[in-house]
Parts: sequence; C-alpha cells; structure tokens
Amino acid sequence: MIIKDRVIKYGDNVDTDVIIPARYLNTSSEKELALHCFEDLDGEFIDKVKTRKIIVGGENFGCGSSREHAPLSIKASGVKAVIARSFARIFYRNAINIGLPVMISSEAADINDNDELEIDLDKGKIRDMTTGKVFSAPPLPDFIQKIITSGGYVNFIRRKLLSKR
Amino acid sequence: MNEIKRPQTTAQKILAAHSGKEYVDKGEIIDASVDITLGNDITMPLAIKEFKKMGARKVFDRKKVVMVPDHFTPNKDIKSAEQCKIMRYFAREHNIVNYFEVGQMGIEHALLPEKGIVLPGHLVVGADSHTCTYGALGAASTGIGSTDLAVAMATGKLWFMVPGTIKFILTGVPGEWITGKDIILYIIGMIGVAGALYKSMEFTGPAANLLSMDSRFTISNMAIEAGGKFGIFEVDDKTIEYVRSRSKKEYIIYKSDDDAEYENIIQIDCSKIELQVAFPHLPSNTRNASDSQDVKIDQVVIGSCTNGRMEDLRMAAEILKGRKVARGIRTIIIPATQKIYLDALREGLIEIFIESGCVVSTPTCGPCLGGHMGVLAEGERAVSTTNRNFVGRMGHPKSEVYLSGPAVAAASAVTGTITTPEEVL
Ligand code: SF4
Repeated sequence: MIIKDRVIKYGDNVDTDVIIPARYLNTSSEKELALHCFEDLDGEFIDKVKTRKIIVGGENFGCGSSREHAPLSIKASGVKAVIARSFARIFYRNAINIGLPVMISSEAADINDNDELEIDLDKGKIRDMTTGKVFSAPPLPDFIQKIITSGGYVNFIRRKLLSKR
Repeated sequence: MNEIKRPQTTAQKILAAHSGKEYVDKGEIIDASVDITLGNDITMPLAIKEFKKMGARKVFDRKKVVMVPDHFTPNKDIKSAEQCKIMRYFAREHNIVNYFEVGQMGIEHALLPEKGIVLPGHLVVGADSHTCTYGALGAASTGIGSTDLAVAMATGKLWFMVPGTIKFILTGVPGEWITGKDIILYIIGMIGVAGALYKSMEFTGPAANLLSMDSRFTISNMAIEAGGKFGIFEVDDKTIEYVRSRSKKEYIIYKSDDDAEYENIIQIDCSKIELQVAFPHLPSNTRNASDSQDVKIDQVVIGSCTNGRMEDLRMAAEILKGRKVARGIRTIIIPATQKIYLDALREGLIEIFIESGCVVSTPTCGPCLGGHMGVLAEGERAVSTTNRNFVGRMGHPKSEVYLSGPAVAAASAVTGTITTPEEVL
C-alpha cells in the first residue's frame, strides 16, 4: 500500500493521555473520540488533519495507558499512518490490531513538520518528497503482516473461528 | 539424544511453558495460552464490541476472564453508567465468576492479588497498562488493548514477542520512610520513561527480599512507566505466604538461570535512595523530595493501584495522626479495595484521616486519571501517590501532578508545600 500525504510532527513521549484525555473515555464511539484527538497537546490538530494525514513522532510514541481509544481516535480523525523513532509497546500492538499503519524509523527526526511523504508500507520505504531524502523502516514480522493483510486482528481471528466450526 | 539446556530468564521460562516449548528466544513471536484475562469499565465495552465482531460466542473459560468496574465507578455520569452496563450484562450473559460489582470491587490491580486470582508463574494479560503489577507475585503479566483482550477472551491465547530482560539487583537497606515508590521513581529517573521499552524488568537482590509485598506491587506497577512489558520479582517466602493465605490452587515457581542472558544488569544501592518526587510532566522527571521545597500545592491524593494499600495508608496515618491538613488543601484518601478500606477502618486509620481533615473515598481510580473525585482546575497542583503525571492526567491540561510515595504526600498535606516527613514530625 502506498500512502502520500503531508506531515504533522510531534516530539518524544507523546502519551495516550494527550492523544485522548481520560475525560472522554466514557464513550467508545470512534467519531466522538476523534473530535478530541490530541486536544491537550495541540489544539489545532483537528484543523491540521484536514490536509495533513501522516503523524511523525519521536521516541516512545503512545506511551502510557492501554486505551485502544488512542489509536482509534487517531484513525477515526483520518490519519493514514504514524511514523516514529520508537513506539510504546501497547500502542504499537493496538495500532496494528485495529489496522492503523505504524512504521518505526530511526531517521524520523529528519522529517520536518509539513513535509510531503510517500510511504510504501509493504517495502518499508519512506520518501520525503520535500527534502528528497529516502528512509527505510524494518519490515514487519510475517505473523504481523498476516494480521494486517487480513484487515486487522479481529478479521484474522474471525476467519480462524469460522474455519473451526 | 541429550539436548543441552539453554539458560533462560523468568520471563522466557513462563512464556515457554505457556506455549508448549522448552525454550523461547528473545524476539521470537509465540502463540501462548493465558491464565487470566482482565478488563475494566473503560476497556471492556470496546473489547465486547470486538468480541462480537469476530463472531465469538463464548469466553474461553468463565473462571479466568476477570472484569472490574473501577475507573468511573460508582458511576460518575450517564455515559459511564452505560459503559458499565455493557460490561455487567456481558458478565451475566457469560456467567463470569470474577466480575466484581460496586460493593465488592476495588482497583483492579490491588484486587486481583488480594483475591488470590493471580499466582506465581501465571501468564496474565489485562486491558490496562498497569497489569504489570502482578509481576510482584512472580507472574508474567502485561497490559494489552481491547482488541487483544477480545481475542484472549475468545481463544484463551494471544501472540507475544519474547522480550529481552534487564536485571535490577537491589542491595542495601532502605532508609526510614523509603518505600517501593521511591525505589521505582529513582529507577525511572535513572533509565527514563523508555529505558525498559519492550523489556522485561527483573527485580532481585537482598533488598528486594526486604521489601514488603505492598512495596513490591508498587514497583512492579510502575514498570510500564519505564516502558517495561513485565516487572517481575523473584518468588520468596513472603510471596509464598501472601499467596498461600489467599488461594489453595497449585502454581509453579520460575526462576531465572544464573547464566541467563540479560540486556543489562543494574545494581541499585537502596540505602542511598532518598524520598523521591517526580515533577510534571513525566514520571522520569524525579528529584529528591528534600530538594523540592517551595512548590505550593492545592490537593493531595493518596490512593490508586500504585499506593492505595495498607502499607501506604499506615504510613500516611502515622504522619497525619494528631495533625491537621493545611488550610485550603484538599486531601483525598482512597483505599484501593473494600478489604483495605475495612482493615483501615478497624485499625483506626480512617478516624485519623477524617480527624485531620481528609476525605476518604470508596475504592475507585477516580482522580488518578482525572475521572472524578478530585479533578484539578486550571493552574492547580497536586501531590499524588499515583503513577502518571502527564499533561492533563488529573484534570485541566494546565494543572500539575507531582508523584510521590505516601510519606511525602501526607507530610505535604500538613504543610501545603512539598515536604518530607522529618519536617512535620
Ligand atoms: S488507579 Fe490509576 S493507574 Fe491504576 S488502574 Fe486506576 S486509573 Fe489506572
């Protein structure tokens, strides 16, 4: 899959409390969650994401709570992919499980806010159209690719359960 | 043919045993059977949605699927009441044994060990990041999201990547008032909030054995605050005594081989650790409490899955006894479970708290995540025994949380600024 879009850039340790504050966790409606995505970190996110749909973060992106509401609110707000130097492990799993593309790139720091990127998810290639730089991301383990090509963990398991019946 | 046994860490051994293997390698992805799954009023409704979407009809074992409504309970508003209702009805429909209604419940990570649900050697997954708390019992236990929980509830299995391990050897005798909270804040201050990212943290050494079970739970609880996947203590006599008085079930004790491979081995001399405070807005932003003066506060919270146990309440009561909370300071004390609440009542601690001017709440997560029962306004500051001080964690995005153990929290309540116990006693 190829994704082409512009970047919203954040720093290190973007935590799940700023991605979606707990005061909105009394719902599991994705649409409602999307309205408050990044509210406490960047009040302009909702506007920015209308024209820029790739998020780039630093180290430990998504640290903190296990709330799947965090990647869900990002996905529901229209974001197509998140790139970071590293991800917190629960966030990373959750993103894969719900089908929000995530890429680990040690060179993410070289990508600037507002740059235009072309991402090749299958090949693990990131091309920065604005600067001309090309980065590579480590390929995902086979098992995880299977989850993604099934359209998320739920579909993957659904097929397994159905085939047993 | 005789295969040579390859040395493994506790984390490797537990994961190997649960995936039917002799040995698992770091980085290997395995499919493992879990002993316990856990969900709460925030994560369960989403998990139930996914559970239905995947066409599951039954939970894999109604005795092993645990549900605790603890975050926004007793329900703080209509929306949270609706979320709890979804979980309650699901629990009824599936005849869930370990569903704890308001009145029986407590904060999940204090409750599960107390009820004898988690045992040494268990592999536990919970849709709550502080599920790593049960590492104090020698279990491999970690937080997951709602989709993972749905899969685990439906199949009893989940995929895991085998983590590398960092060993922390705790030595020395901790000083007066020093508890697990100071030790883990000190460690996080040292290695950073991503210092153990995707790693198992293993706590061992003579000082680990000196620590109470309550302090060990506090340390394991905050492994996630360093990015850790597990936070595992070695099982000793104290662990066995704790578990034996709560469960009759069989369990297996796993112990790292002496020649197991570690990513790093870090020695911590606990006798050198002073009372710690983590300043906003990261748990790694630690200082000695003695260097933290003239921070004026508005609120003190003593509670949560980190520090809402008897050791914490006793310590707070020791400081608050016969003293008054400073004028204008709201001090909120939240015993983590009904049992702890009752024990504290019988020991006279609740009376001490109320006489000193604290409020005592029924068990709930409440202010820890800015839910209810003590949300901060713009510009307000709290000293809190909870585990996170991220932006907006306890309320307004411009409020501040200073993390500490119970001694500093109680002393600060008396003076209204960040204070060590020596200054008020
Ligand atoms: S007390 Fe706080 S950290 Fe613990 S489970 Fe509740 S919200 Fe999470």
